[in-house]
Amino acid sequence: MSERALVDVRRALTDAMAEQRLRIVASLIRTTGDWDLAEDAVSDAAERALVTWPRDGIPDNPAAWLTATARRRAIDVLRRAQVERGKLADLAALEELTEASSDLSPMGDDRLRLIFTCCHPALALEARVALTLKVVSGLPTEAIGRAFLTSEATMGQRLLRAKQKIAHARIPYRVPTDDLPERIDGVLAVVYLVFTEGYATAARHLADEAIRLGRLLVALIPDSDETRALLALMLLQHSRRDARDVDGERVTLEHQDRSRWHRAEIDDALALLRRRWLVRGPYAVQADIAAVHATALSAGETDWAAIVALYDELLGIAPSPVIALNRAIAVGMSDGPLAGLAALQSAADDPKLAGHYLVAAARGDLLTRAGLRDEALIAIEQAIELAPTEPERRQLEQRAAELRLP
Amino acid sequence: MKYMMLIVSDPEAADRPSDPAVDQVEDWVAKHDSSGKRLMGQRLHPPESATTIRRRGGELLITDGPFTESREWIAGFDILECADLDEAIAIASSHPMSAAGAVELRPYWPYET
Repeated sequence: MSERALVDVRRALTDAMAEQRLRIVASLIRTTGDWDLAEDAVSDAAERALVTWPRDGIPDNPAAWLTATARRRAIDVLRRAQVERGKLADLAALEELTEASSDLSPMGDDRLRLIFTCCHPALALEARVALTLKVVSGLPTEAIGRAFLTSEATMGQRLLRAKQKIAHARIPYRVPTDDLPERIDGVLAVVYLVFTEGYATAARHLADEAIRLGRLLVALIPDSDETRALLALMLLQHSRRDARDVDGERVTLEHQDRSRWHRAEIDDALALLRRRWLVRGPYAVQADIAAVHATALSAGETDWAAIVALYDELLGIAPSPVIALNRAIAVGMSDGPLAGLAALQSAADDPKLAGHYLVAAARGDLLTRAGLRDEALIAIEQAIELAPTEPERRQLEQRAAELRLP
Repeated sequence: MKYMMLIVSDPEAADRPSDPAVDQVEDWVAKHDSSGKRLMGQRLHPPESATTIRRRGGELLITDGPFTESREWIAGFDILECADLDEAIAIASSHPMSAAGAVELRPYWPYET
């Protein structure tokens, strides 16, 4: 077989898996109740494809081929277990699997059932994140472990415990009805945590994965405003990635080269935000704030008054000291540094912000802009002492150096 | 699917002079007894009356008090028969002690039949 044909096989398989893997896993979990069996059957089908496709040619419908092959594999495994252990309980599953049509999505909602089960509140948050990345996104255990700075063995244990809890406590495989909004919030929290973790650990593929999950959720729950808002928020934040991390240094929004922002992603997000809202939750307001930045030509030309108003709205929905701090910075841009310092003072009264480097850094910025360079330098030096990570310290050192210039 | 529901008492909540939760427990019991979801249940004497037994080697150790020292203690239990955890959570969250203390749900260990 030619090199070229092998490349075609791999591409066809990658595309078919991207389209179909989640559907197959989700429907096999529903019919068999066995998470490992479902995942193994899909991996097995993919491995078989690599053997038979180069030999027999790529099937007309690769996704249907994968579905049928994975289903046959699941039937084989169940039959063998039946013979070996005299198990009868799987008969119903066998029957359903055998009779299932080759329909590509026999149960359209299986993917949503799977997502809600992975994000069930009876599982610990870290287990929800791990399970979602493993089973919904299909990432290898080793890659998830690396992204969360733990070993493959530890991550494997976490996944095993989560699957055992689902089985032992009988966490249902279904889309909730009674408490749907809260449960959607729970799913969104997992997705956003995957996204922010991607930035915290510079594991950028996690941010891509979170956006992929966000797009899937928007397609599966089109009526959920917060789902749409979260996708928009992630797209807007992600669109700045190349301007934000330059040569290993973190560049603040104010100093980013805006020509390096990904316009197509910003346009996608703005289109999502243009639709009418029934529910306006915290993700919607945060996305609106990000959108104001995304449409401003420069930091100076930003509509800071609009941003202050949005922060006020956000504080009304989900009060938090960090939001109050960001609001103070926006007030400083909108109404001048002295107004900003006053707002910062009242935000910093919150004990949760005591000793937080961002307060000192913001004070340093506002004092600089007020022309009080000596006081600003003291604040920035204080922020350097409090900064938790090296890139943040380096960035502050640079600002201190600028202030020390005559 | 059977779940044991451990009723966990919060001493600070229990010390309040009048605890409306105690009165409402009867309504909860009546409701779930009649629906068949509650198979049985019992309020227990506080841990001061507990006795803990440990056999170590050939020795029998009998101690006064609960098996673990903690601020919270088990005030009673109920056995539920539910389709799944979501149903058990819905029933547990309507128990007055979920507000006044805490409720822990533990699935029965399954024996192959």
